Amino acid sequence: MGMKQNLHKLKEKYRGKKMAPAFNALHTFLYTPNEVTHGGTHVKAADDLKRTMNIVILALVPCLIFGIFNAGYQHYAAIDMAKGLTVEPSWFGNFFTWDNFWLGAGKVIPLVVVSYGVGLIVEFIFAVIKGHEVEEGYLVTGMLVPLIVPIDIPLWMLAVAVVFGVVIGKEVFGGTGMNILNPALTIRAFLFFAYPTWMSGDKVWVHGAVERAGTADAISGETILGSYAQNQDVIYSISDMFWGFIPGSVGETSKVLILLGAFILIFTKIGSWRIIVSTLIGALVMGLIFNGVVSAGWIDEGSTFYGLMSVDFWQHLFIGSILFGAVYMATDPVSAAQTNKGKWIYGFLIGFISIMIRVFNPAYPEGVFLAILLMNVFAPTIDHYVVQANVKRRQKRLKLKAA
Amino acid sequence: MSKDIRIKKGLNIRLKGAASTEISGAPRSRTFNVRPADFHLITPKMVIKEGAKIKAGDDIFYNKANETMRFVSPVSGTLQEIRRGAKRVITDIIIEADKEDSYRDFGKTDLSDAAAVKARLLEAGCWPFIKQRPYDVIANPEVTPKAIFISAYNTAPMSADYDLILADKGEQIQAAIDGLKTLTDGSIHVGVPKGGNSVFNNINGIETHNVSGPHPAGNVGTLIGRVDPVNKGETVWTIHAEDLVIIGELLANGHYKADRIIALAGSSVKTPKYYKTKIGAEVSTFVYDSGLNEENVRVISGDVLSGTQISPEGHLSFYANVVSVIPEGDDYEFFGWNKPIFNKISTSRALTFSWLNPKKEYELDTNTNGEHRAFVVTGSYEEVFPLDIYPLQLLKSCMVKDLDAMEAMGMYEVAPEDFAVTEFICVSKQPHQKIIREALDLMYKEIG
Repeated sequence: MGMKQNLHKLKEKYRGKKMAPAFNALHTFLYTPNEVTHGGTHVKAADDLKRTMNIVILALVPCLIFGIFNAGYQHYAAIDMAKGLTVEPSWFGNFFTWDNFWLGAGKVIPLVVVSYGVGLIVEFIFAVIKGHEVEEGYLVTGMLVPLIVPIDIPLWMLAVAVVFGVVIGKEVFGGTGMNILNPALTIRAFLFFAYPTWMSGDKVWVHGAVERAGTADAISGETILGSYAQNQDVIYSISDMFWGFIPGSVGETSKVLILLGAFILIFTKIGSWRIIVSTLIGALVMGLIFNGVVSAGWIDEGSTFYGLMSVDFWQHLFIGSILFGAVYMATDPVSAAQTNKGKWIYGFLIGFISIMIRVFNPAYPEGVFLAILLMNVFAPTIDHYVVQANVKRRQKRLKLKAA
Repeated sequence: MSKDIRIKKGLNIRLKGAASTEISGAPRSRTFNVRPADFHLITPKMVIKEGAKIKAGDDIFYNKANETMRFVSPVSGTLQEIRRGAKRVITDIIIEADKEDSYRDFGKTDLSDAAAVKARLLEAGCWPFIKQRPYDVIANPEVTPKAIFISAYNTAPMSADYDLILADKGEQIQAAIDGLKTLTDGSIHVGVPKGGNSVFNNINGIETHNVSGPHPAGNVGTLIGRVDPVNKGETVWTIHAEDLVIIGELLANGHYKADRIIALAGSSVKTPKYYKTKIGAEVSTFVYDSGLNEENVRVISGDVLSGTQISPEGHLSFYANVVSVIPEGDDYEFFGWNKPIFNKISTSRALTFSWLNPKKEYELDTNTNGEHRAFVVTGSYEEVFPLDIYPLQLLKSCMVKDLDAMEAMGMYEVAPEDFAVTEFICVSKQPHQKIIREALDLMYKEIG
């Protein structure tokens, strides 16, 4: 146990020094600290925040791995399709191949490295300046960010966005636990509004599509949502969407793996099932309403909105990133509603508004992240009214007594 | 007349080392300690000097804010030492005990005369057993409570079993109830374990409630919340069931007998069992009688959730009916934050496996299992918190000292111990009980 003793000595040596938080962050990564309880409960449950965050990361890993292979697969598939070949995905035929892996890893791993590297440096700097311990919040954010950006996003843009997201989205509010907006979505929103050409359109979702645009080798990088929004035929089947053999942000295409992640989060009681379920219900309800509009004949095929409105309501869950948003983003406990009743309302409105934005904003058809950010802002208001109901009940009790 | 109260939200923390039903007599303690810190917010004014000879029941100090409220000696002996801490605050009052106790005689009390009962309790040092809500402090004698609440069901981990320690005390308890009944306009509510064999089932003049469910079902705060929550401007009193015995003895026979049967429990104790001792006795008299399994231990006067840490040479505190001894956890654990955990309790399933066998008894140490963080996780406290209060929101309003919000969200109804389970499971390792205590003190100062 040499290392344990040596680290302990180092910790004592640097206690109270400026760099102590940075050292402790690394130390506590290896060892849970020797801290004992003072006052209050003398024993404590096994979970700490690191463990909680770690579970979320574990739930994201399948999506990341799939994203790596899918990046390669989409690239080669798009090239083949541009040549006029038909491409049928098969797990071991053309998906889990070394070619796909090397190409995908070469693009995705740098995204992960930049996201974690830049984000953690900012976190460490703030921890040292403010003299508090490095908090774990960024461990999840840093994993989410590479999964929700297009594959070809330039790394410097990502770095700028991460700095912005961590500083403005989190640290100015006082760090982990104090932020109003989901930091990962703040980063995505920054990218979306600062560099829209890299974040939307029909070129960015498949590696290589941008640089080949206008050349003889041009390939399509269109997502399903984009196709619907332009009233084009969608070339992917429902099973492709479910398994994830479609273009999209890096880690959000495979619905089955997202559902696996949802299962992990709900089973471990880390993610709120209330938010996940209510978000999906909200999305389905909005989808049903639009289906109703179409079948009532209020709009015809010539309408801009026809394509997305006529999508079967349940298919909305399989296209775009609504499922990913519901499972990994909406459930962020800090920026979500914090009361159980509030979570139902919060989730429902996210789903509802997501599909609304998706249908009514065909230029940028993905509305999930905007819907979540919007509801992040309203989450404290929702909670306020939920808590007020409890307060009112208490006041009523008092009045009954007095009467 | 009895009603059922079934609590669903909560958490039974099963620990190794619960006391067996054997009751032994502890060797008589050489010294006794009256610790003013046991009496929250009371400033003591000494009435005797070092070297004074005293009988059991003789005054030691009184409450500076209310001269009639006396604090008395649990034994006869000599006042050996008054220890002081920073700013000359009295920390310990050490009494060297005589071989045999002689008692100051207060005489019988007329149990139908409210003024006489109150005066007797105040002068004979039994008033501090009565606490009030709001604020969880010693009751203000000027205020008539709307009801008195007693819990005769202990659900805290490794706590004393009231059915056992009160088994043959029916006579004293009846006397205490008869006396206390005159002090309230309302009823005396007693929570008893459902299906248990509580002595309170045969006591007259009370309303019993059959309580079942996980901890904190047995907390008196849970009982109040279910029966008659405290509204703004109202006061209720709470008394520990075992203290009724001392009160009853005083009212019926005129003696202050600070006898208590305490449970000695914890995984560090060789033979956990019950001991007959007195309030303020040295815990070493019975801790070493029973023996310890290891050296590096923490001795707690009280249960592991809300008790006070004392040194192994320390003394039993005023309100404790259990002494818990558990291993200290001042060691690092390699990759303790991500490896699967089988030997600790958790309410999540985040690679923690205590959900696999809920009946297993655990050997927890005092390690915090992680560092202090801001509140992040939501929805977990509600699973273990049975009161009609939003625990997270109330804690946050306490932290920002928002008195209006605290009042609106139910601060008058709570005591620190009600937040013991939420503190235990807190992923952010926030000191919930301390937050609540400080906020109550602030409210007491500003409003009360």
